[in-house]
Amino acid sequence: MTVPLNANADVSGSADDDVLVRVENLVKYFPVRAGGLIQRTVGQVHAVDDVSLSIPRGKTLGLVGETGSGKSTLARCVAGLIPVTAGRVTFEGRDITNLSRRAMRPMRRSIQMIFQDPYSSLNPRRRVGAIIGDPFAIHKTATGSERKRQVQELMERVGLNPEHYNRFPAEFSGGQRQRIGVARALALRPLLIICDEPVSALDVSIQAQVLNLLADLQRDYGLTYLFIAHDLEVVRHVSDSVSVMYLGRIAEAGPKDNVYGSPRHPYTTALMSAAPAADPDTAASRQRIVLVGDVPSPIDPPSGCRFHPRCPKAQPLCSETEPQLEVKAGDPATHVTACHFPVKAGENLAAAGRSELS
Amino acid sequence: MPLLEVTNLHVSFQTADGVVKAVRGVSFSVDAGRTLGIVGESGSGKTVLTQTLLGLTPGAHVSGLALYNGTDLLQLNENAMRNVRGAQIAVIFQDPLTSLHPLYKVGWQIAEMIRAHEKSVSKKEAHDRAVDLLRRVGIPRPETRVNDYPHQFSGGMRQRAMIAMALALSPKLIIADEPTTALDATVQAQILDLLLRLQQESGTALIMITHDLGVVADIADDVMVMYAGRAAEKAAKRDIFYAPHHPYTKGLLESIPSSSAAGGRLRPIPGSPPSLIHLPAGCKFHPRCGYVLDRCLTEEPELRQLGQDAYHSSACWLPVKSAGLSEQAEELRSQTVLEERGEAAAEVFEAEIAGAFGIDGSVAG
Repeated sequence: MTVPLNANADVSGSADDDVLVRVENLVKYFPVRAGGLIQRTVGQVHAVDDVSLSIPRGKTLGLVGETGSGKSTLARCVAGLIPVTAGRVTFEGRDITNLSRRAMRPMRRSIQMIFQDPYSSLNPRRRVGAIIGDPFAIHKTATGSERKRQVQELMERVGLNPEHYNRFPAEFSGGQRQRIGVARALALRPLLIICDEPVSALDVSIQAQVLNLLADLQRDYGLTYLFIAHDLEVVRHVSDSVSVMYLGRIAEAGPKDNVYGSPRHPYTTALMSAAPAADPDTAASRQRIVLVGDVPSPIDPPSGCRFHPRCPKAQPLCSETEPQLEVKAGDPATHVTACHFPVKAGENLAAAGRSELS
Repeated sequence: MPLLEVTNLHVSFQTADGVVKAVRGVSFSVDAGRTLGIVGESGSGKTVLTQTLLGLTPGAHVSGLALYNGTDLLQLNENAMRNVRGAQIAVIFQDPLTSLHPLYKVGWQIAEMIRAHEKSVSKKEAHDRAVDLLRRVGIPRPETRVNDYPHQFSGGMRQRAMIAMALALSPKLIIADEPTTALDATVQAQILDLLLRLQQESGTALIMITHDLGVVADIADDVMVMYAGRAAEKAAKRDIFYAPHHPYTKGLLESIPSSSAAGGRLRPIPGSPPSLIHLPAGCKFHPRCGYVLDRCLTEEPELRQLGQDAYHSSACWLPVKSAGLSEQAEELRSQTVLEERGEAAAEVFEAEIAGAFGIDGSVAG
């Protein structure tokens, strides 16, 4: 049974009115230019190519993928930081695609972002109180002592000492800086926070602190997260549903337990087998699928299924016809996979991958 | 005799803000054909430790002993050290883009290194060896790729080229400093596989420096956990993961999100690592530790052997029996803390009672 899926299929499986953000057939190309004085476009980077997803209110969607998969570009499109080439982004039912700066401004109160690198996302020459207070100043919601009071409340909320209001970012450790980023994102009580690799630059012990903080804030304020990370265990920990991206497209999407428990796309399977497990017995018993080669260039993505040059299961059909996201036999209606030959339960891909490598 | 035996190594740097004590008395050894994983967070001293062995920390104040095949590496002059680096001990760094020269062809860089150490090798021979090496590390079409510049290689291929360069002179020991940290998971898996295979082929000893316990679980034989410039715990891999003794090791393991705890709350280590200029007194981990004893505040524990196991040792005052991740071990740890606190608490309580009733005539409650 293969049910074709319409473009705006809701991977979360919840009712429409519950959806906070919806992305429909989003496309983002970046032109590749060449030439000296007279620039001409010689190609397009297919960063995000026909991606649809939706996030229900109060839930977390995890977006997984390797370098060049387009996950950060997608996040920036959703946040309205860069214009999209085609497709639609709706927020609380309102179309916010390519709004003008002025029209977008009130939306920014509801959509905030936390960045990966707490060293480069904070201005080193401004005091922490001013950095966290910026959203209040920009949106003119609080001034003077009221602003200071609110900033200090925020600092306390994210686990910073409010007395450090006048310190510079350099006086804080990496984990504390990420808390500053969280406080700033939280200032205007947003509905959606886009977290782009928020813990990748942090040490493990600190990473756990920040993940717990994000979970607490979600519970207390009913926040919705779009959570981007390359660490599969982190994504599994925080997400309700997961989308796996490969070269600008979604390879597989569905509820966390389905995608992790019975991955159907060979890429998802390989990604999961490659993730290091902090357990020697698991590491020893695991059949690791070692993919051949590297991720191809998004300027000239492979024909048909974009994963076919590296796929241990590839057949001639895969290089000819691009597979669509659809529900595979035995999967719930919320679990979709873009693959002609989905992985069956108990299938051993490791053997296929290895013979090709040698 | 171990291939490399480091004893009581200290490394410190004089800075404008004070003396940075990066490594404070670390001892370890590596045998041929074995892999030692050195785990630690930023600032634990793991990189300084290995760079010092190769004379790559100019300006540092170094003391201790580092015997490689009977020669003390710390006493070598720059000329003698140059013969060791690359030929005897090779290093693979985290970021292959900054360790390859952008203006020279990859093959030329490998050939140049061979010719620098083996003067009799002709340019042609060195070039052919470079092609062979690139083939060994799994670069496709090495005959043509050998003439590529580093920017024409992808991240994974650059790291392969670095490994090829490290292998060029058949070193006895390879130090890999976070070799896969900058790479994606699927590429990381390729590189770890490659390192394991090459080690099995050539019997090289490997020191793997990483912050990722997953990498250690994969390829190490023995593990040393470092904290604030010291070894917190040393053990065979399985003991580190299944019977950790030091609360820091235990904390690291519990901080990792894993499938078993998915969705639940993580148990992070509170606080952050100390400044290496102003280290706390006593055990350097005590401000973040959940099992602090009075002793921990004043006396720094030395690495001591745990029970019968000759290799498992931990720098912690908790009783030997409290090793493990089980609830029993947990209980034993808390018990130890409670017992000690119990005595102190009883004294405080008595003093309060006495105060309230004015028995000893001091401040009344």
